[in-house]
Amino acid sequence: MIRLRNIERVFLVGEERVHALRDIEFSAEKGEYIAIMGPSGSGKSTLLNILGLLDRPDNGIYELDDIMTTSLDDKEQADVRRHKIGFVFQFFHLVPRLTAEQNVELPLVLAGVDKAERRKRVHETLEAFGLGDRINHRPDQLSGGQRQRVAIARATIMKPSVILADEPTGNLDRTSGNDVVEILEELNDQGMALIMVTHDPELGMRAQRRIKMVDGFIEEDTGNRV
Amino acid sequence: MRIQDFIQLTTSAVRSQRMRSFLTALGIAVGIGSVVLLTSLGEGLHRFMLAEFTQFGTNLIGINPGRVTTHGVSGALISNVRPLSIEDGQALKKIPQVVDVVSVVQGNASVKAGKKQRRTTIYGIDHAAPEVFKLKMSAGRFLPDDPPRSARSFAVLGSRVREELFGSGQVLGKRIRIGSESFRIIGSMESKGQMLGFDLDDVVWIPTAKALSMFNRESLMEIDVLYKEGSSAEEVSAQIKKVLIDRHGSEDFTITTQEKMLEVLGKILNILTLAVGGLGGISLLVGGVGILTIMTIAVNERTNEIGLLRAVGSEKNQILGLLLGESVILASIGGLAGLVLGIGGAWLLGVLVPALHTHVSWTYVIAAELLAAAVGLLAGILPARRAAALNPVDALRSE
Repeated sequence: MIRLRNIERVFLVGEERVHALRDIEFSAEKGEYIAIMGPSGSGKSTLLNILGLLDRPDNGIYELDDIMTTSLDDKEQADVRRHKIGFVFQFFHLVPRLTAEQNVELPLVLAGVDKAERRKRVHETLEAFGLGDRINHRPDQLSGGQRQRVAIARATIMKPSVILADEPTGNLDRTSGNDVVEILEELNDQGMALIMVTHDPELGMRAQRRIKMVDGFIEEDTGNRV
Repeated sequence: MRIQDFIQLTTSAVRSQRMRSFLTALGIAVGIGSVVLLTSLGEGLHRFMLAEFTQFGTNLIGINPGRVTTHGVSGALISNVRPLSIEDGQALKKIPQVVDVVSVVQGNASVKAGKKQRRTTIYGIDHAAPEVFKLKMSAGRFLPDDPPRSARSFAVLGSRVREELFGSGQVLGKRIRIGSESFRIIGSMESKGQMLGFDLDDVVWIPTAKALSMFNRESLMEIDVLYKEGSSAEEVSAQIKKVLIDRHGSEDFTITTQEKMLEVLGKILNILTLAVGGLGGISLLVGGVGILTIMTIAVNERTNEIGLLRAVGSEKNQILGLLLGESVILASIGGLAGLVLGIGGAWLLGVLVPALHTHVSWTYVIAAELLAAAVGLLAGILPARRAAALNPVDALRSE
């Protein structure tokens, strides 16, 4: 489902060229559960951003569901992001002036889905996530765990092929963190691949496959089946 | 994206910062308000002037001695100009479309009635003047149709002269002295009011030949021709030209049709209205800069949100559209408020100062609202383009 070949990403920091990713070879199958771990600055987030088409590699090939994403233009990439990729961030990134419902329906709005259909799907999802009574609340009226659940609902409302989670529990207490991880794992069970960047070894151990990154290389991959 | 969702998203952004949006829109409102107010003053003046100039009728052609071209070079200073004579006027009467002709001489003289005396404007004129200039009698009759060169010494008084010299008493049959000559009053006119500051009632009308000798002149100041309703002004003036060139040997006179004059006047007044509207436009420009500032700040504050929108699958063009929509909505709301301000202001001014003629022209109102939206669009372009060009990774990272 995901194939990365020969991926390189170089940043220019001042005069210095920093290799964030060097010669990354990586592939993942449908429905896999992968934890990406490693010290900060090892290139985890850059890899996640490239997987999510937020960033373009300087070199290499990225294939997602048989689409050569590296040769797509902005409009086509946006389309792939909308339909195949769901992002979950450490800081939730909810739009503060919109209600939970309006936040969740954003991808549907951008895709031009009509209002009745949106309402039905958003309500079902929010209720399944235990947020049935928070539909019309704004983010500042929600707890951290609730906010992250709204963010997950937004990331998965389009039924993407892959969920990309960047430290999804990093900003939550243990209990809400557990709730969030359980929801993510449940979605993974339904067939969406889950790729999660985390510092937390305990969280990392729950994944079937663990990738350890150091200095832009994949140092260790427990389940590379390529 | 559906249009109603687009509107919902942009308006929610405008509403979320009520105070700020209000102040920004206010800038535009003041600009549009002043454009509407100033153009309605200009338009009011326009209508007022046209009404002033058409009160004497529109089927008029004036002939003046000397050649004045439309380029403003006056031939009147050259000495070989033949005077316009009463006989020229008589000759013009033979043109079929001409209803009547009035020969005009004007001057100032002192008018005596008994012990009272008043300096006033004396018009040397023909019997046809009431018909040509749409003047109305209040008593008696106008000058008779005497042979022009041997007209009798009759005078007709304007309403103000009559009042000043005779009060409310009877005037018909009484005598007045103008200069050294005695005239018998045979009529008085209804009040016509002022035109552009000139009192049309402070006049005495006497036969043209009498005025010529009184002011020691050879030439008429003007011949006015009234032509038949429905005939072409151009055709009639071409005929006048032919007749006069036959008599004078060359074109040493100037023909001004009322139609042409009104057209020129209308053009001048339109330019005036545009110019004052442009003055209002300056404050609109300031309002536009306000929108530019606020949109720049909004893009900075919402960098995160823009990154997120990109992550959930919006195209660059959608980001561009959303922010442009936001600034156009801000400007349009301001524009609408400005229309209310401007129209209300024009109305209030019309009520408080009736001498100031205001007229709200709907063309200008619609143009002003479109202008407001255009200002919003222009002011939004820079910030919106910057937002669309943001790198999503950097945008998401900014706090």
